[in-house]
Amino acid sequence: MLTNEEVAQTIINQFGEAVTDFDDPYDLLTCSTSRDQIVPLITYLKGHQTFQFGFLTDITAIHYPDSVGKEFCVVYHIHSLINNFRLRIKVYLTAEDVHIPTMTPLFASANWMERETFDLFGIIFDGHPDLRRILNMEEMDYYPMRKEYPLEDGTREDKIDALFGR
Amino acid sequence: MATDIKLAESPASYDGPGFSATSFDKIIGLARANSLWPLPFATSCCGIEFMSTMASHYDLGRFGAERPSFSPRQADMLLVAGTIAKKMGPIVKQVYLQMAEPRWVIAIGACASSGGIFDTYSVLQGIDRIIPVDVYVPGCPPRPEQILDGVLQVQELARNESLRRRNTEEYQHLLNSYSIQ
Repeated sequence: MLTNEEVAQTIINQFGEAVTDFDDPYDLLTCSTSRDQIVPLITYLKGHQTFQFGFLTDITAIHYPDSVGKEFCVVYHIHSLINNFRLRIKVYLTAEDVHIPTMTPLFASANWMERETFDLFGIIFDGHPDLRRILNMEEMDYYPMRKEYPLEDGTREDKIDALFGR
Repeated sequence: MATDIKLAESPASYDGPGFSATSFDKIIGLARANSLWPLPFATSCCGIEFMSTMASHYDLGRFGAERPSFSPRQADMLLVAGTIAKKMGPIVKQVYLQMAEPRWVIAIGACASSGGIFDTYSVLQGIDRIIPVDVYVPGCPPRPEQILDGVLQVQELARNESLRRRNTEEYQHLLNSYSIQ
């Protein structure tokens, strides 16, 4: 059984200051790193003798419009099927510069996950072989999951206030 | 018993021995209304409900809709059942365009009629934004009886439609408002 402390200590020994903010919400080990370190970090964890994080569960993003300088956060979930151990890695980005290196050379499944993250949040994955929308229509000219837009359609007439006595 | 079979009512006519005279409108309306061939465009839960409408218990086939076709060929009643995402919109429109006149459209359920609960960026807020709709069936999802009622409403429209309705300026104007043709 791998413990959170064990994995965290190994990462600290290997990467030192480059990986920070260790936490374990709901017992899921979480840490943050930088844009330059994310590929080496996941490469290391995937190739590690005992950890063997061989499965990329998910890549997605979060938008924090109010946190200055950390508007976007790209989240990686990796899973070691051998040890049944999960790890969450976060990379914070500024709104002006939403570039991050792609994970596709390491995990083929990252291709679609990154396309989805680009589609919904507009994160640019540098080096991605085919970065285009995957879920929404091609003509869509905005990134719908960013918290910049009203939640509702605005053109619906069956939800006007008058119908609800407001 | 064969005597239980209910025949379609014959239109008002002038009858004599060996002949029956009526108007083209009525006789063609009768034929159209009792042979509506449906094209089910089922995308989600309403589609499942529509399947039970087509199955033996509710049996859409009783109304002359015995040939659900899944192809625009020869189909004249488009039944859109379920949420239509904006990405699916052009496909629905293409299917509609490929159907020959006369054609009728039923929007089954809240999503097809108005977007339903999915008031969001990815969902078309009602198919009447891209194609003209004849009958809206409310419900989430509507019961098979309601879908049958919608089909009966379309039969009523087909029965009483003038033969020249599709050539009228008004109808052309309606299609032009959807930029069709």
